[in-house]
Amino acid sequence: MDKKYLFKRNNVWWVKLAVPLHLRDKLGFDLRKSTGEKTLDKALLKRDIILNDLKSNFSEGSPESSNIKSILPRKTTYFDYASTTPVDERVIDKMKECLSFEGAFGNSGSRSHIYGWKAEELVEEARSNVSNLLNCDPREIIWTSGATESDNLAIKGASYFYSKKGKHIITSKIEHKAVLDVCRQLENESYEVTYLEPNKNGLITPEAVQEAIREDTVLVSLMHINNEIGVINDIRSIGKITRENGIIFHVDAAQSAGKIQIDLTDLDVDLMSFSAHKIYGPKGIGALYIRRKPRVRLQPLFHGGGQERGIRAGTLPTHQIVGMGEAFKLAKEKMDEDYSNLSKYRDILWNGLKDMEEVYVNGAQDNSFPGIFNMSFNFVEGESLIMALKNIAVSSGSACTSASLEPSYVLRALGRKDELAHSSIRFSFGRFTREEEVRETVNLVKDSVNRLREISPLWEMYQDGIDLDKIVWA
Amino acid sequence: MAYSQKVVDKFEETLKNPEGASVGRWKPGDKDFHRVGTGIVGAPACGDVMKLQIKCENVDGTNKIVDAKFKTYGCGSAIASSGELIDMLKGKTLEEAQKISNQEIVDILELPAIKIHCSVLAEEAIHRAIDDFKSLRNND
Repeated sequence: MDKKYLFKRNNVWWVKLAVPLHLRDKLGFDLRKSTGEKTLDKALLKRDIILNDLKSNFSEGSPESSNIKSILPRKTTYFDYASTTPVDERVIDKMKECLSFEGAFGNSGSRSHIYGWKAEELVEEARSNVSNLLNCDPREIIWTSGATESDNLAIKGASYFYSKKGKHIITSKIEHKAVLDVCRQLENESYEVTYLEPNKNGLITPEAVQEAIREDTVLVSLMHINNEIGVINDIRSIGKITRENGIIFHVDAAQSAGKIQIDLTDLDVDLMSFSAHKIYGPKGIGALYIRRKPRVRLQPLFHGGGQERGIRAGTLPTHQIVGMGEAFKLAKEKMDEDYSNLSKYRDILWNGLKDMEEVYVNGAQDNSFPGIFNMSFNFVEGESLIMALKNIAVSSGSACTSASLEPSYVLRALGRKDELAHSSIRFSFGRFTREEEVRETVNLVKDSVNRLREISPLWEMYQDGIDLDKIVWA
Repeated sequence: MAYSQKVVDKFEETLKNPEGASVGRWKPGDKDFHRVGTGIVGAPACGDVMKLQIKCENVDGTNKIVDAKFKTYGCGSAIASSGELIDMLKGKTLEEAQKISNQEIVDILELPAIKIHCSVLAEEAIHRAIDDFKSLRNND
């Protein structure tokens, strides 16, 4: 077990953290705090919280942290983990080892000296960390710049390579833009795309996929966990159908990898996209899983030095890759713990809010990932609610928060009325969420919704018993 | 998108003290309801609905807005724009109120380009409320 930062004294486990050089005059060489636990298992559970506590001592007066302070002037609760996550400190430590002259800065493609060999060794170790989490062969993992590139490479790469076989693609209306916009582009290139409707719970059923299959279908691309509503598609059943029909199945797993179990030996998935920054790794790095048996082939999008077996050319960013590897390794260790915490937070939030009038959950409540919880508060516009919740960072399906001024296409595809899409808020929790933050949020949301309803003419009409659907709006 | 401090202040002030910010309503049966004009603009499906009410009194032969109330469903800048409009209206004659342009609200609140429609909504609301008040008079 990884005992980093822990040491034992008088039968109790303590956390010890080295103080950065510039603060050693003030704080000494290291900071120590007892976990109060006698067993390593229990001490490990407390380690992160204590580490964060100890680290808060570093924020006073250090040049780096004063910058951060000016970016985030007040304490803001972060409930937007589905958008991105902070990088875990353990990941940062590993990444730092790959940058300087003393570290593994070399080009992993350099075969003639130790600098290159060391970088290559770290890149391959990271590849194994990724494949271990997903239970696949490391040779099936290709590094990319992120899930958007992985989606592009998978969809375009497979469509181009197999274009002689057919030019029909199946996807859904609630995919991420990184899939939808690629499909739109392929439509311009004379491919045909079927956009499946989700059911009212936001799920794409295996039956819907089955029905959409044609003679010339070459690819089905669907997401695992939906980024807006958290529902989990049944990729196991869908994979059986695509495999039987000899169709390539691509899954965007940007939101699911490291959060729920994925066993690629047990799934008929041919291509899978991953991102590091959704799971406490750095931005700018991702991966694509490309099945070896049965073999899936792709036409590369980048051409150059032949890296990644010619499928994705470009010098490998060792620090990014090592960061992703470490993040995936941590995710494997912490998946159960993270998941049970997220379930607890979702239950606290929902139990605290469900008795309010006119609140709706968007997406299925079973078959969903607890880290993403999307609700609509009828008669309150989402952006104004976000403004009222000023110390909580969340996102909304409201048009006012999007550049396009359109309400969420995902919620509309579920058949939600536009006004409920405008009234939606996505809460997404993560590893560093604390229970008291969720409890405080319950009260703040209730208070803010009530206040906004007091100034809402729609709430007034609803209270007066007026049917809003029957009004002719100017 | 980051709003100007003025939008944020107006929004927070309205939320903290709705009554003081003229949030409210006059409804049928209220004593002076016959002297209240109501304008409702926008639509829930578009994410903005503004309801404006003006109470007028005849002073020396001209109708003056002596009080005004609003309720708004919409983004922060829609709520702030309604509040700003209310502040402008009180004490104005109907003729003066008719001349209020959305640009004045844009300038005061420093609205970003993407939020100008909120100020347009406020301008439409006052026109509707004035029309409604005048139609009441015609029915007398």
